[in-house]
Amino acid sequence: MRAQLDDRRLPKQMTTNDHRDVAAGPGVAEVKHKHGEQGHPVKAEVAGLNFFYGRVQALKNINLVFPANQVGAIIGPSGCGKSTLLRCFNRIHDLYPETRYEGKIILQPSGINLIGPETDPLEMRLRMSMVFQKPNAFPKSVFENVAFGLRLRGVKGKQLEEQVEQSLRLAALWEEVKDRLKQSAYTLSGGQQQRLCIARALATDPEMLLFDEPTSALDPIATAKIENLIFELKSRVTVIIVTHNMQQAARVSDFTAFMYLGELIEVLPTKQMFENPTKKLTEDYITGHFG
Amino acid sequence: MGDFGKIVAKRKRQDFAFNIIGIVCTLIGIVTLGALLVDLLIDGIGRLDLGFLTSFPSRFADRAGILSSWVGTLLIMIVTAFTAVPLGVAAGVYLEEYARKNWLTNLIEINIANLAGVPSIIYGLMALGLLVYKFRLGQSVLTGGLTLAFLILPIVIVATREALRTIPQGIRESAYALGSTKWQVVRHHLLPYSIGGTMTGIIIALSRAIGETAPLITIGALTFIAFLPPPPISAQPPFLSFEWLWSPFSVLPIQMFNWVSRPDQEFVVNAAAAGLVLIVVTLSLNAIAIIIRYRVRKRIKW
Repeated sequence: MRAQLDDRRLPKQMTTNDHRDVAAGPGVAEVKHKHGEQGHPVKAEVAGLNFFYGRVQALKNINLVFPANQVGAIIGPSGCGKSTLLRCFNRIHDLYPETRYEGKIILQPSGINLIGPETDPLEMRLRMSMVFQKPNAFPKSVFENVAFGLRLRGVKGKQLEEQVEQSLRLAALWEEVKDRLKQSAYTLSGGQQQRLCIARALATDPEMLLFDEPTSALDPIATAKIENLIFELKSRVTVIIVTHNMQQAARVSDFTAFMYLGELIEVLPTKQMFENPTKKLTEDYITGHFG
Repeated sequence: MGDFGKIVAKRKRQDFAFNIIGIVCTLIGIVTLGALLVDLLIDGIGRLDLGFLTSFPSRFADRAGILSSWVGTLLIMIVTAFTAVPLGVAAGVYLEEYARKNWLTNLIEINIANLAGVPSIIYGLMALGLLVYKFRLGQSVLTGGLTLAFLILPIVIVATREALRTIPQGIRESAYALGSTKWQVVRHHLLPYSIGGTMTGIIIALSRAIGETAPLITIGALTFIAFLPPPPISAQPPFLSFEWLWSPFSVLPIQMFNWVSRPDQEFVVNAAAAGLVLIVVTLSLNAIAIIIRYRVRKRIKW
């Protein structure tokens, strides 16, 4: 298992068909995309993932590969499990009782199973970053918002200030806030607050950046800024974005996964997904026949 | 069309009628409180001067003051606040953030709500049996303060939990997503963000405790006391002294009760003046609570 995964890190062609031996069985999505063509090593591999809220199974045998430094979009109608899948990546489900994972999410290059019972959710959250639907800025100063994750990791003094500035620059917010770092984050506009949250997420130098419908509370201009940002960030970090906005998926992602009723229906390079999907269900969703 | 006119007129009369009923109901409470205040003012204001605040009780009504009882009230409140606040806040945080939601925590929750409704004299009996006789703390400031702490503990717990509940779940998730432990989330986020609601609850609870008489009489507070407890700060090392905790005490409402029960009209005037002091302190505490709530709400909008 380990050797096999290590193999995949080589810049060879990857197909998710390789997963069949990991998690064979009914319901395995027919995945034919070759999003590793440019030679991106695997960052995360989801294999045979089931997830349960109590007795309700929210994810059914998900198999999916996320190549490093690519943006992967997850689309699907409400309740399809796209956010549930994303929230497995930082183990946020563990905050709630009666949630249960089955299967694997292997994180490369460490080979650690993110959802394994032996894995500490806290460690996974230190390695991942998430940006939520609502801009959840803390009611603290702009500076403290970005600094919080760094302080948790023991960063202090000059280094702290530098990393906060660098993160705000990466989030394209520095010029707007450099003179008001001490002001409450709540004095910023909604779009600025969401970029502040992105800065906060970037500050800790995460292995993956998880976006959960990051622009659904924002106006079109703020949305465009954040989409540009996501596109630029992929050179630094592997990105997963959950969105119910198909144009957004088309604009920012390299490949797109379509989910329906807790199952992964198909994964394709984004261009092909929106021009020529292989499944009837996908086509119906994309063309607006349901959802 | 004529029919509509009639219907509308009838509805408007009903609307007007309820408006009047509502005003009357609202006024009954406010006017009563106002009348009480005015009555206290008329009776007591003439007696209220610096001498009244700095004199011990006396056999002579015109020389009697409330020095020992307001000092007693202050000391009791200090003990109450320093015990009820940490205990209540910790219990509230535990129940809201840490405890698993199961039948046991449900049972505890229901009983905390019940405790808030237990008559205060029952707390007095409990304190007499447990603190005075069992733990031999005596009829002291410490016993009095702890008794009132027990009394307001449920209020503090409930206020803490309510304040925590107003914090959106997204804030917790964001803090956890950055890699915080539960304690870090509580310490750096939940406690600071809920401090307004918690403080309001604490102050309201203290303003309830300050007027309590029954449980303190039960544990044996004095009605006539002509000395002050030993001072907490001394000139010699170790400078800090906690001797005052063991001192006997009286409090404002007990002093009032004592004066009112005397036949002499002069003492009833003293009681009114003491009542005025008590009510001013209580209303000031409530005003502080309102100011805190207002300021925090202005700063934090979820």
